[in-house]
Amino acid sequence: MRAHPADYELVAPGNLSAVLALLASEPGAWLPIAGGTDVMVQFSAGKLPARKLVSVWNLPELRRIEILPDEIRIGAGCTYTDLRRHEVVRREFSLLSSAASWTGGIANQNRGTIGGNIVNASPAADSLPALLVYEAELILVSARGERRVPYNSFHLDYRKTRLAQDELIRAICLKRWFSEYHAHARKVGARNAQAIAKVCLAALGRLADGVIEDVRLAMGSVAPVPLRLTGTERVLKGKRIDASLVQLARKTAAAEIRPIDDIRSTARYRAAVAGNLVAEFVEQLGAAETNK
Amino acid sequence: MTPPEKDRNKCEIALTVNGQAVTVRTYAMERLLDVLRHELGLTGTKEGCGEGECGSCSILMDGRLVNSCLIPALQAKGADVVTIEGLAVDGRLHALQQAFLECGGAQCGICTPGMILAAFHLMCEKPHPTLDEIREGLSGNLCRCTGYTQILGAVAEAARRGAAT
Repeated sequence: MRAHPADYELVAPGNLSAVLALLASEPGAWLPIAGGTDVMVQFSAGKLPARKLVSVWNLPELRRIEILPDEIRIGAGCTYTDLRRHEVVRREFSLLSSAASWTGGIANQNRGTIGGNIVNASPAADSLPALLVYEAELILVSARGERRVPYNSFHLDYRKTRLAQDELIRAICLKRWFSEYHAHARKVGARNAQAIAKVCLAALGRLADGVIEDVRLAMGSVAPVPLRLTGTERVLKGKRIDASLVQLARKTAAAEIRPIDDIRSTARYRAAVAGNLVAEFVEQLGAAETNK
Repeated sequence: MTPPEKDRNKCEIALTVNGQAVTVRTYAMERLLDVLRHELGLTGTKEGCGEGECGSCSILMDGRLVNSCLIPALQAKGADVVTIEGLAVDGRLHALQQAFLECGGAQCGICTPGMILAAFHLMCEKPHPTLDEIREGLSGNLCRCTGYTQILGAVAEAARRGAAT
């Protein structure tokens, strides 16, 4: 049944420390809402357990991208549009700007935030595989202080995260190490815009003297959490690319994921597509070297 | 007299809608879509899916295209909102509206206001969009009559006529 707005409280303190003080005052009682692209959907469907919401939309402390010599820090309140338009993100973190460009449509990109996407913790989220391969770190903040955690340990299980009840994500930190990597992002879904991925891939690779020196693969919609394909990476690292390696990577990836049947696709289809996407990337990586 | 219990979460929200300053007394979690339609009588903004998938409730908020079904009223405090009613000037249709009319860009009409606002938003940044750019700009707006060819044609025609100027 549809929710009635009279039953919900929403406040907008307007700055980060006031929001954190509120979260600390009644841990677990207040649900942060940024652009509303997930929370308002649950609200309208009458499926929002929280009755008290605190707006973090457009908080200046969360809506900036800091560029440091060795890393960039993306405020958790930055929208997909902010990511798509940012020069350094586009140039050095193209997996992230690409994923942002096929998340929702323009209207959702203008409101949906990267921090919201991480906390919502959908295994199908488009931008999260990119954060895995860039080995992002998250700065979590609460009235108690800040802590920095590796993103790859943030998702504990389906929609369960390490975020404490009084915490927010303040920023996502990415090392500026990847401009020389071959980057490949691909989403397979019913439609480019709006549709949620059946499978999506973020991949980075670098060759040295024809050998795969480093490779990083992550996928969405293939497990309860966004998944780094470490087994497939191990199979590839230190090898020369040929047809048999491509075939091995395809098989390993298909076996490594833990997909399910749901309304968007089947486990069997997802395994086949996951293998194909990895094979496509490895072939591209080999071709990129040949064309140098 | 104390207000009835259900009015407890109401608040006063001042914003600008189509160039006019307005103040509404509503629930903080009321959807901006319902504020526009029910409080302000601006029924040009349509509700389709109510979950941000279809774009029928598209409006401009501070110059950005947004789905008004996903915006709690409190987050629109102080915002500058433009709805389909704000595009025509002194009874003269905007070039996009005129092009939709002439090119058959509207069938049942439910998606039309959102399509036009998405096109308006696109052309503010790209006055002469390519067909691919038009497709992307309108990709969050669904037409259940499936009249996409005429809709894309209408936007291209409006761009040709210099709608953004």
